[in-house]
Amino acid sequence: MASFKMGKMVMRSLFGKPATLMYPVKPAKITEATRGHITINVDTCIFCGICQKKCPTNAITVDRKGRVWSIERMKCIQCNCCAVNCPKDSLLMETTYTAPSAVKITDTFQGPPKEEKAPAAAAAEA
Amino acid sequence: MAKQTIIPFGPQHPVLPEPIHLDLVLEDEKVVQAIPSIGFIHRGLEKLVEKKEYTELMYVTERICGICAFGHNWGYCHAIEILLNVEVPERAEYLRVMWHEMSRVHSHLLWLGLLADAFGFESLFMHCWRLREGILDLFEKTTGGRVIFSVNKIGGVHRDVSPEMLLEISTVIAGMKKEYDELAKVFIEDVSVKNRTVGVGKVSKEDAAALCAVGPTARGSGVPFDIRSTGHSIYGKLGFEPIVEEGGDCYARALVRVKEVYQSMEMIQKIIAEMPEGEISVNVKGKPEGEFMARVEQPRGESCYYVKGNGTKNLERMRVRTPTNINVPFLVSALAGCELADVPVIVLSIDPCISCTER
Repeated sequence: MASFKMGKMVMRSLFGKPATLMYPVKPAKITEATRGHITINVDTCIFCGICQKKCPTNAITVDRKGRVWSIERMKCIQCNCCAVNCPKDSLLMETTYTAPSAVKITDTFQGPPKEEKAPAAAAAEA
Repeated sequence: MAKQTIIPFGPQHPVLPEPIHLDLVLEDEKVVQAIPSIGFIHRGLEKLVEKKEYTELMYVTERICGICAFGHNWGYCHAIEILLNVEVPERAEYLRVMWHEMSRVHSHLLWLGLLADAFGFESLFMHCWRLREGILDLFEKTTGGRVIFSVNKIGGVHRDVSPEMLLEISTVIAGMKKEYDELAKVFIEDVSVKNRTVGVGKVSKEDAAALCAVGPTARGSGVPFDIRSTGHSIYGKLGFEPIVEEGGDCYARALVRVKEVYQSMEMIQKIIAEMPEGEISVNVKGKPEGEFMARVEQPRGESCYYVKGNGTKNLERMRVRTPTNINVPFLVSALAGCELADVPVIVLSIDPCISCTER
């Protein structure tokens, strides 16, 4: 009959598992390629500021003198542009999302103090 | 003459995913004229072009629309690549067309669901969208995003797809095709679907051509207009033939889309089988100078990207002409003379994407 074209499909849905996930209770599906959020390895970062220049939404701020790297999480659009352009590959795209929030979050990372050139100079003298 | 009444339809209406307003001039239950007005979600893309660098605009163009995001980005990249005299590697072209055709499958499945929803066939709507999830998951696995891919770049693509992943895409699409057979049968044969779509919103071939209709809307009226048939990118190698229906009513427009899903699935399989090895991107240097108009066949129809560069990092001008923009006169013509109860189905039959239209 014309009106029972979906019979099989409806029966499968009736006795099968639900197609949807109960999201906050069960975690969302995440793949290896998922663009979740940007993280930084501050130890290798040279604070060159290329990521700040390239960021299309101006979410990243780099303080070269103070060696501080910060990102406004709500502004970031996960385009991966900063990670692609990073000369030291210090920026990484993680697969997990940042937690939902009612306020705008800025994550700040403090880099280690710049290595003094003095020891190298002393070694050369010796 | 019967008394005329004007009924406002939209911008907020259960059948409309996005805001478009129509003033429907009625005589009893019959629509004698429809007066459209748009502009509720204008975002000022053309002004933004002055502030953003041409590389940053990549991320803006793919956010013009959430459903045909990949095509918008591809059209823009193609225009810039022509201005910079960049030859895109063959593998990148194959990957781009694969993602673009996957976008078409998910866009058409979304639309078929919305159509079912418009005439109150809820379970059909949910099954269409359930099937669409499979494609979105493939997108996430290959590009990293479900809706916004950020995978294109000027001169190629960012991510390669491994042979194992290609095999998985092929398997998923083949499995999906089996399930889609059942859904397609409902759209093609079911009495309740036919009752609401056959003979509704009829526009002749001559009128559709005169109103410059594009995409499945035009092809449903018998106008064989498809940018893919010009053979741009790798479509020439794939032996593409546009799907045309002669009916000119909502049923014919639905039929075109139902068949295009099959066609796109076949094309994806063919692309995967013929995928060449090699580089996926080339380095690009220089600033765009000159002007170019790129055309891409989006799921909704032909889309144009006009780009004018002046040798600086900011473009002088960029303009996007989207398919819904062109199909609004067609919609007005299709609405004249219809019943009030058929208005939602006719409005949906052109697959309106207002976000695209207002940019």
